[in-house]
Amino acid sequence: MRRSVGVAVASAAVLLAAGCGGGGPRSSGAEKLTDDKIVLGVLNDQSGAYSELSGKNSVKAVELAVADFKAKYGDKAVTGDINVVTADHQNKPDVANTRAAEMYDRKAVDAIFDVPTSSAAEKVADVAKEKRKPYFNITAATTTLTGAKCNRYTFHYAYDTYMLANGTGRNSTTQGARNWYMVYPNYQFGQDMEKSFSAAVQAAGGQVVGRDAAPFPNTSGDYSTYLLKAPTLQPRPDVLGTMQAGTELVNLVKQYNEFKLRDKGIGLAVGLMFLTDIHSLTPAALSGTVYTDAWYWNYDVQNRTFADRFQAETGTRPTFAHAANYSAATQYLEAVQATGTDDADAVVGDLEGKEIEDVFLRNGKIRAEDHRVVHDAYLAQVKPAAEVAEPWDYVKILKTIPAAEAFRAPSADCKM
Amino acid sequence: MTGFLQNTFNGLVSGAFYALLALGLAVIFGMLRVVNFAHGAFYMLGAFGAYVLLAEAGVSFWWALLLMPIGLALFGMLLERAVVHRLGRLDPLYNFLFTFGLTLILQDVVKSRYGVQSSPYATPAELSGSVDLGLFDFPTYRVFILVFAVAVCALVWWLLSHTRVGVVVRAATERPELTRAFGIDVGRWVTPVFGFGVGLAGLAGVLAAPMRAVNPLMGADLIIVVFAVVVIGGLGSIFGSVAAGFGIGLVQSWGEAYAPPIVAQTLVFIVMAAVLLLRPAGLFGREESAA
Repeated sequence: MRRSVGVAVASAAVLLAAGCGGGGPRSSGAEKLTDDKIVLGVLNDQSGAYSELSGKNSVKAVELAVADFKAKYGDKAVTGDINVVTADHQNKPDVANTRAAEMYDRKAVDAIFDVPTSSAAEKVADVAKEKRKPYFNITAATTTLTGAKCNRYTFHYAYDTYMLANGTGRNSTTQGARNWYMVYPNYQFGQDMEKSFSAAVQAAGGQVVGRDAAPFPNTSGDYSTYLLKAPTLQPRPDVLGTMQAGTELVNLVKQYNEFKLRDKGIGLAVGLMFLTDIHSLTPAALSGTVYTDAWYWNYDVQNRTFADRFQAETGTRPTFAHAANYSAATQYLEAVQATGTDDADAVVGDLEGKEIEDVFLRNGKIRAEDHRVVHDAYLAQVKPAAEVAEPWDYVKILKTIPAAEAFRAPSADCKM
Repeated sequence: MTGFLQNTFNGLVSGAFYALLALGLAVIFGMLRVVNFAHGAFYMLGAFGAYVLLAEAGVSFWWALLLMPIGLALFGMLLERAVVHRLGRLDPLYNFLFTFGLTLILQDVVKSRYGVQSSPYATPAELSGSVDLGLFDFPTYRVFILVFAVAVCALVWWLLSHTRVGVVVRAATERPELTRAFGIDVGRWVTPVFGFGVGLAGLAGVLAAPMRAVNPLMGADLIIVVFAVVVIGGLGSIFGSVAAGFGIGLVQSWGEAYAPPIVAQTLVFIVMAAVLLLRPAGLFGREESAA
């Protein structure tokens, strides 16, 4: 063990030396870049639970952003040499940690993108801080990225637990769902979601009549205990709020339909749902379900144009994670172009406080205080099967939640 | 009271899946002394097969319920002949590694074609309503699963106790050397029994498709509990695996309803640890001789 650590340190030293030797300014037009090129690293789950909602197609989204940037600036671009590298973190914090360090140190990556799974995302925030390189988290939900783990190089781009819970909880309550029954998976994400969600419901004048933590992972795949309990609660809940995600959400919704709770007057609100979840459950199974979306591909012409290009590349419609990866990569490249350098501090300085409108960010702003990227969010409802006019067009947007309301105020836990 | 009965009923439904899977594991372990780690993958193939048949060939749930177990049983028999049998002469670790590796391969093959996102599978129309059970309504599909699983277990029980094959299987399971010493060709039955166990896993998979998420990892999540069930029932004990299957289903369901979440989450393994401390061979198992 000791020997292999020694070898690793030695080889790292050699590589660093080589990097320094070869990295001086050269005679191309890009004197201000440390190594004549820009490398974007996409670190995410490429075979597990999140590989469909993000995964390889997020890599494609970042590649699209690079292609668009090159097309836009042509010869005037700060460099023509922009590459995208990628790695699979398997949703494991330790793997994420190693891969992130490897990207920054050995693959000359200038900025890391995506990184689903909160525990892995937090590790990468630490790495970014240590290496002083930009990191745009897209697909993780935890608010710690703009709280206790916040730092100068980390940006939280697309969504977080507060945005999801607050959007759905507050808006559904003001629209008439007074009594709530909360079911959540018993781990960090579920507990955080339940807390924020219940707080939002109560703030809007509703009440939580019951809350239950379901085992996580729920090996039996069975949720009937909670589904049977729902109609017996006093007062009877108007909505079942579920914080389950991915496969667990699919299990719960299948059984929600089995027990016909909707017919018994108990609606369904979902904490976190991706377009791909609706696709696998079918809109018929979810029709009427309300949730908060960070972006929807068929919302307007601009989104749809992007979605058409994305589909031509990947054969599928983009989730909000895909669009957000595209946007984050674009904004990073724009900042490099604007400052003329890939120096991390200069780029971060350019991004802080910037107001942005693009295909993903509407009324977007990169908050300097905590690097939360705020933007409009959307209260969405799954269409009845009969109203689904084309594949993947599964939801209608009930309401745009203004950027100022969608996210929490900067947290006191964040010390830049 | 009604709530308790409903939870009991649900526990039995979850238990039905455990029982079907544990039964297959038990007969395979009994006959071959192979711990079939690929059992969860066969369960997944059953569910995925049903999905593919419906989505790509329009084959109904009922036909899938017949075709998938048969298809998987044949696949299992082929596998037994081609690999498991050959490895049987070596250290048990070889078959352990083989079935484990096979699980990874099967999962990845399905993943590469259909992705990790769950695939939709609707409850068959005939079973989508609910049944009035006097005190409460219950989804028809759940009643169907329970009745069907109990019928399958009863049928297996009858086969084992009333047919010549059953006698051989039971004898070979409990005293393999002695059975051979009587001049009974145990080897002849090994392949069909392996196929049968795999077929049962496939059957459980088809039954699960309408009510569980159908994705390449669905078996990996479930099989951990099923192994606990088999250990609790007693490795190789056919009756024990079925009884423990239904029992663990009940314990889980009651736990979720009445115990704090942290206990409910680990209840199966608490029970397993307790059983192993008090009866190391499992509830219905028999201590094997050192030989």
